[in-house]
Amino acid sequence: MKINRDLCDICGSCVAVCPADAIVVSEFIVDIDNEKCTNCLNCLKVCPIKAIEEGE
Amino acid sequence: MVQDRYDVVVIGAGPAGSVAARFAAENGASVLMLERDREPGIPVRCAEGVSHNGITPFIDVDQRWIASRIDVAKLHSPNGETANMHNNGLGYVLERRVFDTALCELAAKHGAHLITKADALDLVWKDGKITGVKYKYSGEIRKVKCDIVIGADGVESRVGRWAGIKTVVRLEDIDTCAQYTLTDIDIEKDTCEFYFGTKVSPGGYIWIFPKSDNTANVGIGLSGHLSHPKGPKEYLDEFVQRRFPEAKITYTMYGGVPTAATLDEIVKDNIMLVGDAARQVNPITGGGVVQAMIAGSIAGKVAAQAVKEKRFDKKFLKEYRKEWNKRLGKTQKTMFLMKEKFMNMNDERFNRIVEFCQKIPRDKFSLKTLFTEAVKGDPKLMIDVAKAFVVSKIKMK
Repeated sequence: MKINRDLCDICGSCVAVCPADAIVVSEFIVDIDNEKCTNCLNCLKVCPIKAIEEGE
Repeated sequence: MVQDRYDVVVIGAGPAGSVAARFAAENGASVLMLERDREPGIPVRCAEGVSHNGITPFIDVDQRWIASRIDVAKLHSPNGETANMHNNGLGYVLERRVFDTALCELAAKHGAHLITKADALDLVWKDGKITGVKYKYSGEIRKVKCDIVIGADGVESRVGRWAGIKTVVRLEDIDTCAQYTLTDIDIEKDTCEFYFGTKVSPGGYIWIFPKSDNTANVGIGLSGHLSHPKGPKEYLDEFVQRRFPEAKITYTMYGGVPTAATLDEIVKDNIMLVGDAARQVNPITGGGVVQAMIAGSIAGKVAAQAVKEKRFDKKFLKEYRKEWNKRLGKTQKTMFLMKEKFMNMNDERFNRIVEFCQKIPRDKFSLKTLFTEAVKGDPKLMIDVAKAFVVSKIKMK
């Protein structure tokens, strides 16, 4: 998964629905660990601003 | 000065964390709060509506953080009919930025320490036990020792996961939200409005919460499994274009609200979770501020008692869970079952509910009547709803 940083509002919704514990959020940035990611697409679906796309 | 050891470390200084810190400190524990952002309350990710009765057990009302007083809830059905509810008691639309800081100050007044821009990174373990928290502050990695960690780190909670607690929510159990603060709009300052319908907001609703006579938080929550490919921003933009074509936007925010039941596990040895992190939210309204404060107050008191008795094991801390279940946990479960019903309602059903509400005399119409009508045809749920309203008076938000 890949995050479009121009869109991301760092709201953390994606973290709550990630079953693989692959997403980390800090004050200024959200990061997806593609090693852990299982491609379930939950984060992509829940993102209120469509900032997450498929791909690395 | 920050010490290198406290009885209790609270991660997150929102309403759950600040109230937990305050009650732990007030009852004799030494407490440190770690807040990731530069100040509590920002960025605001909230519609800011609360009830007077919900917040006043925890803080005296102060005009500094009241934007407006709410007396009426106006429901809009998909076919454009409306029903006004006057009997839910006084409500407020808050200035969360000021409110959250005020709750922090209250914790500090009772002796809690606080550092902002302090980003918790992990728990510290020794011999299989949690013994502290690792955090980043001012470019440096620090460790603080403690006997109890209270995880109050919001919807994006990581603290629970570090402790091995299953915190993940289903897509159906998170509302994905967008909100604008709009100005130069025509609204009634004392009225919160709610729009329902599958075309307006599938599995959720649109809200208008006035902040002044021409400014309001206008937002939407969609159920996470119904928000793709058309998401909350698209639905909200359509609504704003229709209802407030001349509006100007002064604030834009996005966020997620866990609309689940409370997590199965909110307590383990040396750790408790509170607020959004524990999924302690009214699953129907999405309101979580009051729930967070109630949970925080219970957890804070239990933490202080644990310190007195030097008992940091799950069995002792479970008192928090027991008390939470008594206060709100059971009600939340009923609301959760109702939410499943709401989520699957078609527009015709919403129309009929609002039509029914219009016929109720003004002094008889309350949330209880609304909810009872909504679950009509499901006798078991009707009984649960009736019970829920006996146990605690549920307020919108």
